[in-house]
Amino acid sequence: MSLVETENSLGLTESGVETPAEAAAERKGKKKRAGLLWWLAVTWLSLVLAMVVFADLLPAEYDRPVGDAHLPPFQSWPEFLGTDYLGRSTLSRIAAGARTSLIVSTIPVAFGILLGGLLGLVSAYFRGTAETVIDIFADALLAFPPLLLLLMLASVLKPPSVWTITIGLAVLTVPGFYRLTKANAIAQSKREYVVVAKAMGARPGRIMFKELMPNTVATILSYAVIVMAIMIVAEGSLSFLGVGVPDPEPSWGGMVYKEKDNLETYPGQVFVPCAVLFLTVFSLNVIGDRLRSKFDVRDSNL
Amino acid sequence: MWRLLGRKVLHLIPVLFLVTLATTAMPDMLKLGDPSATPVGPKLSADMTPEDVKRLEAQYGYDDPLYERYGRWVADAVTGDFGTSMATDTPVADSIKERYPVTLELALVSLLLALAVAVPLGVWAAAKAGRLPDKFLGGLSSGLLAIPPFISSILLVYLFAAPGKLGQVFPNQGWTKASESLSANIETLMLPAIVLALAEIPQFQRLLRSDMLGTLQEDYILTARSKGMSAPYVLFRHALRPSSFSLITISGLTLGRLIGGTVIVEFYFGIPGLGQSIVGAITSNDIPTVQGTVVVIAVGYVLLNTLVDVAYMLIDPRVRAR
Repeated sequence: MSLVETENSLGLTESGVETPAEAAAERKGKKKRAGLLWWLAVTWLSLVLAMVVFADLLPAEYDRPVGDAHLPPFQSWPEFLGTDYLGRSTLSRIAAGARTSLIVSTIPVAFGILLGGLLGLVSAYFRGTAETVIDIFADALLAFPPLLLLLMLASVLKPPSVWTITIGLAVLTVPGFYRLTKANAIAQSKREYVVVAKAMGARPGRIMFKELMPNTVATILSYAVIVMAIMIVAEGSLSFLGVGVPDPEPSWGGMVYKEKDNLETYPGQVFVPCAVLFLTVFSLNVIGDRLRSKFDVRDSNL
Repeated sequence: MWRLLGRKVLHLIPVLFLVTLATTAMPDMLKLGDPSATPVGPKLSADMTPEDVKRLEAQYGYDDPLYERYGRWVADAVTGDFGTSMATDTPVADSIKERYPVTLELALVSLLLALAVAVPLGVWAAAKAGRLPDKFLGGLSSGLLAIPPFISSILLVYLFAAPGKLGQVFPNQGWTKASESLSANIETLMLPAIVLALAEIPQFQRLLRSDMLGTLQEDYILTARSKGMSAPYVLFRHALRPSSFSLITISGLTLGRLIGGTVIVEFYFGIPGLGQSIVGAITSNDIPTVQGTVVVIAVGYVLLNTLVDVAYMLIDPRVRAR
């Protein structure tokens, strides 16, 4: 369950951490170039963004039937992705679903970075009681399996809409970013420049925001892209369970949910949104991995 | 070391308190009689009047203040009494007892399956680091990482469980207990377990590869090689064990996550485990079932994590010294 991987993908467990040996091997090897895969990923994401921007210019509206139900993909023009069980254009629904994905991936991540980051800085600077208390809350949130917590939040925030799901996801991102920021900021706060700043009498606010923050923000942002992919999968999973974005509003996971019982007769209607979601998540992962290896400078690598 | 251990256990108490408090506070947030829920059963129905809701709340004691409810719920829970389901009118504890083994079996089999595939692949990738097999496996694992379980479920059902394609190799729905028929149990278990394993394989493979790369730089590996030992022997007998340390830790944590992470496959494949009952209970506002099941999963997860931490400390003196 990819949502569940939040912790791993955030590099909080060992799996996300490059060993010094590996990092050395990679540095010795090729200088990192932007490969073909990177450009393909950038191209695909630009295409998705273009869909969001130009969704309204498409000939068909996403919530009105345009023709027969279950037209297979690649048969007609301009509805070259076919139609769903109500005869609505799959192309228009994919484009409008891209907007949903954009909302659920950017807003919760921004919120998680702001709140989680702030708490992380506070706890890294003050340690002691503040750290213990915030840790307890973070651990309590992480004690629930993420999808279950999301389900519980979704059942409390009613009626379901893109925005209630966004709120639920936002709550979910905070502990991960908190731990990441804290770990990075603690590592920084032992370095000489922070010690010097403290010795010169800098106030806590200055040290947190002018010394610690600029030196942790690149790492945090490089993880943000990967968390965006996780958010898209989370919204998809929730909609796949039938408790996500309700029907006339399109979402890629919801399109799969509505058509999954027609898998044998109309596989195209299921696999088109699956493919779009896969390509988007894959592109975000490619870009995130590259940013991470570029910006995630750990002390051992210096 | 004992101080560290004591601190970990002390830390557990407030975490468990918050987890249980959050679940007992649920009735305050979940609106009974909410028209958007799909209630079923003798006590819940779609057309409940406000008076019905009040009566139900009084019957379950949800109109008492939170601290009273919390004390009562915890006192009952430690004796193994999680209340009565609103949907089925049977004890929640019975349903958990029935469903826990199903989810546990699914999680364990998936974990073993993932390890069985990921360990040889991880060793292979480390042995061929930077060369074609490593690059191929790297690409494959980032591809797999981008396939969420709900997509791989559908894909596998389409390929192996739908008539007409590769033939209906596996059933696409349902569950047979191992005590009834072992072969039928394996058949119903296989596809969901593969789906869950697929999501774990890339992580395990990458982790073992990177740890193994570190080990392969050690002098004793060079010694073993120069003594003329065969490459597979060096890899599996000399290098694997010291490299599998963090993999074992992660496996422990993964088991805990999987127990709470089987929701999607249980829903799609119709497996009567904990995840399925939670989805059902949440959509029908069956509060006691949600409370009991979620707390059992979350507490199990927290305890397992602490256990893994402690085990890690016992095995590795370096962690102890910290």
